[in-house]
Amino acid sequence: MNPADAGCQTRIEARMISAVLAGDTEQYYALIKPYERAVYRIALSFVKNESEAEDVAQEAFLKAFRDLASFRGASRFSTWLISITLNEARRRLRRQSSLHMESLDEPRDNGTRISPALLRDWREIPSEALERREVRALLEEAIDRLSPIYREVLVLRDIEEMSIEETSVALSISPSSVKVRLHRARMMLQKGLAPKLKAATSRKRRWFQ
Amino acid sequence: MNIDCKHVWDYISDYLDDSLLPETREIVQRHLESCEICSAILDSTRNILILTADDRVFELPTGFSDRLHARLAREIAAGREGRRKPPES
Repeated sequence: MNPADAGCQTRIEARMISAVLAGDTEQYYALIKPYERAVYRIALSFVKNESEAEDVAQEAFLKAFRDLASFRGASRFSTWLISITLNEARRRLRRQSSLHMESLDEPRDNGTRISPALLRDWREIPSEALERREVRALLEEAIDRLSPIYREVLVLRDIEEMSIEETSVALSISPSSVKVRLHRARMMLQKGLAPKLKAATSRKRRWFQ
Repeated sequence: MNIDCKHVWDYISDYLDDSLLPETREIVQRHLESCEICSAILDSTRNILILTADDRVFELPTGFSDRLHARLAREIAAGREGRRKPPES
């Protein structure tokens, strides 16, 4: 979004927020409409199934509604809403991590270089390939396999297309940490996905493993 | 100045974000022009990120908005009710 559009949107959102706070709660639906997908997608990148992600998304929208009076406009509404979603998702994950032992801390491999998948040629995979359930599933699984600290950066930056600065604010980490984690997340995706996508989209028939 | 493949890999992410210093970018660029492995790594990473960001991945479940609005309406109404009649202690 260009700065002029963003400024315009901020003003429209500020008016809607005032209306909601003044009692016109119907305006809240219009306010959150553009962010329903983003909030759901962020939730889904943390929790493992769709119904739980939907529940996290609902909780986040509800919390944002209850806390709306405390939104001061220091950041964009979307950034604020996304921080609430991240907190909600992390809270849920912490509850589960005692069961699954999934750590929210820095993974131990942090610092070692991730070697990408070496390919001699890459034939562009067109977005039409996403019509195939198999290709979508490969992408979703690859994101799923990332550790939470890498997944959250990748989702905000590359899926929600937030800037390095916005991502850093939303996650309360420094911009340089955003860059380091983003680099590792992208390399891990390339390493895990490139060979599989290449195989899945090649015209040659694959035999069963 | 020449640079080896492993160092180029360290710059892939910043290269995609166009956040490298001009001189570094040029060194990386020169390497990419002559190294088919590194340019395939760059192309595949860029391609994968474009596919990942596509709206068809992580679709909203059917009825998501309706269920969200119904839940919000319920909780908002309950909140109002709660304010009118404080819970008995």
